[in-house]
Amino acid sequence: MSSLLDAFRLTGLPAHAEAFRAEVKAFLAEHLPQVPVDVRARSWTGFDADFSRQLAQRGWVGLTLPAAYGGAGLDAFSRFVLVEELLSAGAPVAAHWIADRQSGPLILKFGSDAQKDFYLPRICAGKAFFCIGMSEPNSGSDLASVRSRATRCPEGWRLSGRKIWTTNAHHADYMIALVRTSGSPEDRQSGLSQFIIDLKQPGISVRPIVDLAGDAHFSEVAFDDVLLGEDALVGEEGSGWKQVNAELAFERSGPERFYSSVVLLDLWAECLRRNGATAQETALLGSFLTQLTCLRNLSLALTALLAKGESPVVEAALVKDIGTEFEQAIPTAIAAAISAHPDKPVDEALYRTVAYLNQVAPTFSLRGGTREILRGMIARGLGLR
Amino acid sequence: MFTEAIEKILADLCTPTRVRAVEEGGDATLLWNALQDSGFLELLTPEAQDGAGLTLESLLPIFTAFGRYALPVPAAQSIAARALLRDCPTGMLTLAGSAWRQADGSLCAPQVAFGLLADFALVNLQGELLLLDCHLARRQSMGVHGSQCATLFWPAESVGKAIGNNGEEVRVFHAAIHAATIAGAMERVLDMTLEYCNDRVQFGKAIGKFQAVQHQLSVMAEQVAASRIAAELAFSAALQVPQLLPAAIAKARTSMAVPQVSAIAHALFGAIGITEELDLQLFTRRLHEWRISEGSESYWNGIVGQAFLDQPGTCASHFVRHVALTQPA
Repeated sequence: MSSLLDAFRLTGLPAHAEAFRAEVKAFLAEHLPQVPVDVRARSWTGFDADFSRQLAQRGWVGLTLPAAYGGAGLDAFSRFVLVEELLSAGAPVAAHWIADRQSGPLILKFGSDAQKDFYLPRICAGKAFFCIGMSEPNSGSDLASVRSRATRCPEGWRLSGRKIWTTNAHHADYMIALVRTSGSPEDRQSGLSQFIIDLKQPGISVRPIVDLAGDAHFSEVAFDDVLLGEDALVGEEGSGWKQVNAELAFERSGPERFYSSVVLLDLWAECLRRNGATAQETALLGSFLTQLTCLRNLSLALTALLAKGESPVVEAALVKDIGTEFEQAIPTAIAAAISAHPDKPVDEALYRTVAYLNQVAPTFSLRGGTREILRGMIARGLGLR
Repeated sequence: MFTEAIEKILADLCTPTRVRAVEEGGDATLLWNALQDSGFLELLTPEAQDGAGLTLESLLPIFTAFGRYALPVPAAQSIAARALLRDCPTGMLTLAGSAWRQADGSLCAPQVAFGLLADFALVNLQGELLLLDCHLARRQSMGVHGSQCATLFWPAESVGKAIGNNGEEVRVFHAAIHAATIAGAMERVLDMTLEYCNDRVQFGKAIGKFQAVQHQLSVMAEQVAASRIAAELAFSAALQVPQLLPAAIAKARTSMAVPQVSAIAHALFGAIGITEELDLQLFTRRLHEWRISEGSESYWNGIVGQAFLDQPGTCASHFVRHVALTQPA
């Protein structure tokens, strides 16, 4: 049996994580913004700084960061529960999402003491929102070909270049960017480094990009000879690629890779309960729940490994690929189901939510690593070369 | 320890040659007796009655091994029967999850797995549990090449009284068994296909080096991973009989994966894959049969969907948690 699949053993949530769920539910009952369901369906791209700060006041931004930095010091299982409840409710989590999931843990792992002391308390207080500068106009899936370059100077570094499709750059306070510090794009993964960039400093322009649904959740960011201090470098010079890879298991294995359409799923189920369901609709609904159960168990198996300090990067690619296929299938199938009876009225909120998700669903398998890249990784993990 | 011992018996006696022989009507006694004489049919029998007193969790690796070896005898069914009925007769016992009375009073159990082979059947007659002697039944083969599946008709006078009202458990347990054997057979199919793609050379290189092939294998691995964890769900409790919803999800999810896993394997093997000679067919034929045995994904997803609809105010996230474990394994 291919050993890649051995990581996926059925695991339950420990009691402390389930107990934590009640606290999260109580918080959401009080603080969840009252917005229409198609806005809630924006899920983890919904930006609401006030909501993120309320969550931070409760101690739940930087959930896994140590208490010394203002974090909650909770484990990966608790984070699974928090994410599951936030996404299931359609809470707007985009403001703090990246700092909580990736930037905070990255700084904790690779940052200097000064960086930890400065950034981590701000992240935990909901006062430092982050974005991640990866793609460039000519570097998408081929990330190792990035051309943005930081060059040594007496004061530190000077950065020039351009990042694009950067989620929430126009709302964020800081970017952690992967840029070249030595060699040329032909050197591929070597010679890349990560920097923390204060997006308010001179020489930086941020242009939001409007998407096909009328939202602007990503941006293009230009760096024109931006001066970065010595303390902007995160971790080791030249280790950027390795450090980026260390985040991938966190980025790709969580419930956000199969919950993106769950608000729609619940809305449709409510309509079926109200109006009655055909046998076909009941089976379709059941097929979603069947798949969701299994995806959740695959994801939980990896959460258990993360909680033990392991980094199941290829396994996470597998969960993300099959998970995003599922969350893309939901609006496709529900669109067909709600228009299977053109002589019956369709709930308008349901109609809008289906339409929105069908428009943006292609992003599910683009963001955080495209389907094609992930399947290549899985194949190598299976022993194909 | 049971798993290793059973694997050894399977590796020695359940060879592809013997699987083919049994499918062609050959004698299955040697294989059956090896399993029976080693006490493996009594895994669910209480220790007080000289059984192993196991619960479902320990059975999963054994049932997936049965799938991995395409075991052509109803051992899983006979093991399960011990949990549904304390005093089982000696012989091959299979399960029939649905049955009905014909107009003339006879009893019909459709498409019974191992129906051509079994000595007895534990039958679910609309909720009633019946133990019937298959030698008294007319066995009508489904006529599918290599299949031991048959519809059984018992004359009215040969059908005794119900021995319990837990008939539905037959269907649920049998569905869970199929989920486990599907997962096991898929593991084998994935391994065979990976090996083939690393060995087979076209255009001057192993076909496993082509991106189009790699991506298909990745999809296959995803489906196998989902199927394995689905099967595990049905067998996750320290019980002797699977619960309805975990079994429903397990059977539905594994059945959903069958067409894709089987199609990718055959696409990558090419023409040799559909020959009698290659062992692949021993597994893909079974995958298709098990998918539609005791209800396909259409049936079991309907059960899952209805259970969800019957809980007003419940969200999907809450529902799927309800069928999951609450404690780490």
